[in-house]
Amino acid sequence: MRRVRLHRIAHARAGDKGDTSNISVIAYSESSWNVLLTQLTADHVARAFSDLTSEPIRRYELPQLRALNFVIPGALNGGVTRSLALDAHGKSLSYLMLNIEISIPEETP
Amino acid sequence: MAESDVLRVGVGAGFSDDRIDPALELVTKVPLDYLVFECLAERTIARETLSRLKDSSAGYAPSLEARILSVLPECIGRGIRIVTNMGAAHPGAAARIVREIGRSLGLRPIKTATILGDDVAAILKQHPGLTLLEGEPLESILPRMVSANAYLGADVVRDGLATGADVVIGGRIADPSLFLGCLLHGHGWQADDLPRMAAGVLAGHLLECSAQLTGGCFADPGVKDVPDMARLGFPYAEVAKEGRLVMRKPPGSGGLLSVATCTEQLLYEIHDPAAYITPDCILDVSQVHFESSEADVVECLGARAAARTDTLKVAVGYQDGWIGEGEVGYAGPHALARARLAEQIILERLQLRGLKCEEIRVDLIGATSLHGRAGQVGNPYEIRLRVAGRSPDRKTAEAVGFEVRAMHVNGPAGGGGGRSFVREVLAVKSLLLPRNLVQTTIKLEEGA
Repeated sequence: MRRVRLHRIAHARAGDKGDTSNISVIAYSESSWNVLLTQLTADHVARAFSDLTSEPIRRYELPQLRALNFVIPGALNGGVTRSLALDAHGKSLSYLMLNIEISIPEETP
Repeated sequence: MAESDVLRVGVGAGFSDDRIDPALELVTKVPLDYLVFECLAERTIARETLSRLKDSSAGYAPSLEARILSVLPECIGRGIRIVTNMGAAHPGAAARIVREIGRSLGLRPIKTATILGDDVAAILKQHPGLTLLEGEPLESILPRMVSANAYLGADVVRDGLATGADVVIGGRIADPSLFLGCLLHGHGWQADDLPRMAAGVLAGHLLECSAQLTGGCFADPGVKDVPDMARLGFPYAEVAKEGRLVMRKPPGSGGLLSVATCTEQLLYEIHDPAAYITPDCILDVSQVHFESSEADVVECLGARAAARTDTLKVAVGYQDGWIGEGEVGYAGPHALARARLAEQIILERLQLRGLKCEEIRVDLIGATSLHGRAGQVGNPYEIRLRVAGRSPDRKTAEAVGFEVRAMHVNGPAGGGGGRSFVREVLAVKSLLLPRNLVQTTIKLEEGA
């Protein structure tokens, strides 16, 4: 196994509703989908987002799309209307997600 | 399938600052039936309510004139009907502007249908005991309330189109409902026909952010390449009467419409995929999948829906103080240390002056803002310090940026490029209001 960033095997998009960010993570292949399912747990994501929020993260699975949907409350500094952050919508959070490290088999291209 | 059984609904704008020209490309290249402009962010109505208080003819979306001017002659000439929420806090004024634009362009008299009734501020004042979805009582923000608008559903758009209007204009209407309303009218779908409602809401959900379906917010060079992004084509849906849903974009336009772009947009701003609550139904996308056998053509399958809820979501805008901020840059040896020193001085100054923000945020930014490519070396070569603070009073907020700018003369060595800003915070919270408290009306007017 080797360690790579999630960016290598998946793509993602972040959306905002109030103070909650949701981030979809979509695997490029069936084998990568299995990696996502087993390794990209809500706990793993919570560690990567621990600077932003300590609220519980929910994970939804959409196997027919090889997609996970993470719902991350409290990640937007109070929400777009009152946040002091430059990226008040959290549009860039998809790449914080894709920066997470996971393990993939050596033979993966 | 007979051609008359298919409706084409396009999106001309997916947010208030969206590009102007893709709408014209859509109407000239595609035989659309409906063109929808979605231009209201959560707090836009609050801001426009304040504009209307200052100027009784204002209060609609600032981009209304530019968008309508660019497409109205083609839409009238081709029989493409326009639906929009650009009325914001003043749909009546927006409708008048549209009719005046028609006259100024020498078109036949334009018929507008104005949708009223989303403004529920007076109703909320009579029900202070309501609880906000964020947990606190409505009463806690009522004295600072600027606006309260219910997210209306597709029925008002359907009824607006039924008047025969060329342009249907409202304020707060749920984004997907703008699109679904076209289908309810054009196909005669009934609100209890849940498979058709599901297809229509899914169409609206995928279209409502315009280019986010056709390669916008998607490109990542070498990994997810998107061609010709300076000319991204905005998408449209082909929707058959029986509910078949196919997404497309104008021939020859830039961008990319693929299973991957559709998958990203499907989950955009969705929480539980099995329960996306809209005013028209509860959409379930947990079984949705996409098929594409041709470039830039994607069929959407598997949407389901449950019946609508008895309540409408209301966005309550309220004044929540002021945000002040300032920025200043440092370069070269010790850039980071000097930026950190500036931060410390600024925070101490605010304290010395007895000014206390509710919250202060400090950001360190930097690569090439000061000396171009010199920024490629150094550890880091440059740091741009940003300090932002929120306070109930304007004076304190202004002091944040003031103290940052003062670093030019009173701060660490070599501080340059100071800037400062202050703005009023219009925050938004939500609540659920029983449907029977919301009364809507539609006003048909013709000519200027």
